[in-house]
Amino acid sequence: MSETTLLSARGVSLSFGAIQALVGVDADLWPGEVLAIVGESGSGKTTLLNVLSGRAAPGTGAVWYRTPDGQLLDVHTMPAPALRRLHRSDWGFVHQDPRQNLRMGVTAGGNVGERLMAQGSRHYGHIRDAARDWLVQTEIDPKRIDDLPRTFSGGMLQRLQIARTLVTHPRLVFMDEPTGGLDVSVQARLLDLIRSLVARFGIAVVLVTHDIAVARLLAHRTMVMQGGRVVETGLTDQVLDDPQHAYTQLLVSSVLNA
Amino acid sequence: MNNAMLRTEGLCKAFMLHLQGGVRIPVLSQIDLDLHAGECVALVGPSGAGKSTLMRSLYGNYRADVGRILIRHGGSMVDLATADPRVIIAVRRQTMGYVSQFLRVVPRVSALDIVAEAAMARMHTLATARGAAAALLTRLNIPARLHALPPATFSGGEQQRVNLARGFIGGHPILLLDEPTAALDPANRAVVVALIREAKARGIAIVGIFHDAEIRDAVADRLFAVTPWQDAA
Ligand SMILES: Nc1ncnc2c1ncn2[C@@H]1O[C@H](COP(=O)(O)OP(=O)(O)OP(=O)(O)O)[C@@H](O)[C@H]1O
Ligand SMILES: [Mg+2]
Repeated sequence: MSETTLLSARGVSLSFGAIQALVGVDADLWPGEVLAIVGESGSGKTTLLNVLSGRAAPGTGAVWYRTPDGQLLDVHTMPAPALRRLHRSDWGFVHQDPRQNLRMGVTAGGNVGERLMAQGSRHYGHIRDAARDWLVQTEIDPKRIDDLPRTFSGGMLQRLQIARTLVTHPRLVFMDEPTGGLDVSVQARLLDLIRSLVARFGIAVVLVTHDIAVARLLAHRTMVMQGGRVVETGLTDQVLDDPQHAYTQLLVSSVLNA
Repeated sequence: MNNAMLRTEGLCKAFMLHLQGGVRIPVLSQIDLDLHAGECVALVGPSGAGKSTLMRSLYGNYRADVGRILIRHGGSMVDLATADPRVIIAVRRQTMGYVSQFLRVVPRVSALDIVAEAAMARMHTLATARGAAAALLTRLNIPARLHALPPATFSGGEQQRVNLARGFIGGHPILLLDEPTAALDPANRAVVVALIREAKARGIAIVGIFHDAEIRDAVADRLFAVTPWQDAA
């Protein structure tokens, strides 16, 4: 077991005018671990995800990422090009709306291959093979490799976004409601796919969801947020089955069979 | 004794129900339980006494308020009451299995793979794990034609047997069983009794809750009384 965290946040606060979106948040993520951030809408989940991934700067506090060679990088003071490089290689980001990540005017294969090219791959044949392989891994018929994403269903688009994200073998993926807005049956398939890919490749994930069942299925640890604060954090099944905080009890009691 | 596989010291557990005006329900008071390799201890007590609560606390599913839960894990004793979540996950993977009363089905994963996944901690290839999973499911009278199906549509008894297969295949040195035979017919109960006896013979330490006295007598070496909190004081 590794004793060193992959990502750590300390004392992260952020206000938008009078609204305190994040208040003194600490978080840790270990290699290969899936951490869920749950809470009602407006509790600060996405804001925290954006701060952890360097997409938004905190008012106070800091976030560090440990590179494969053991270097600690301060996510919010590192040069912008280095952060962009991180996002293109070691990290991935899966949005609720795949259109935020995909280029709708580029073929499915192009969308997957593009991320490899951004990382420096140049050999067309290899890129196309990798793209085809990732379409298969994400259960998209490889015959669709030259089709445009706008001909894809919502579930397929989400799987294409995952293919595009994982093709570079990131160590850390941020996910914001990856199954939000999909039909229940499509959700189940996607969750199962995420679960098996994350386990197979040992990817660490910070997952934002308002759906407790999603946290239960995917996450080793769960963090509960209310009003920008972390009110409870721990082993997922312990947090959900024996919630200590009043807000967590409310959250758990308002869903059936989570 | 010092060679215990599992030991609790002064374990206390209460539930604080914030949504019911902060009422506090004390359940476990000063539980001292010892469990050794190769023995089966049956938890007994009236309904609501806290047997399942104790078992879930032993597994780290419920949080202990006071006291220690010592588990022999990889050559040393770890206290689950204070352990880091990552340590609890490692204990569950390598040292302690748990058969809950109901199977929590994972969408789209077949019965065979639910069981094979549990075997992967011990077996090195998916093929061996699947072979062992198929053999155990068959022994528990789950016909081969069901192995490839996700258990969501299975009967209660079939789901429980998948759950049992998943618990027994891991070969964990400690096994917790919460009413493992509640939904089973006599033939399948006999299989479970045989599995428990074989596990004990291999040195596996078992804590069980068995409502069926016949089964309890057939497998338990010792009874451990869980008393309702009011009586305990
Ligand atoms: N997650 C929980 N939150 C609140 N109270 C709980 C929780 N789990 C158990 N309890 C309470 O703890 C007490 C003991 O319940 P438990 O399920 O441990 O009893 P038991 O001895 O296993 O009973 P049975 O024989 O009926 O299964 C009960 O009052 C129960 O309502
Ligand atoms: Mg019970």
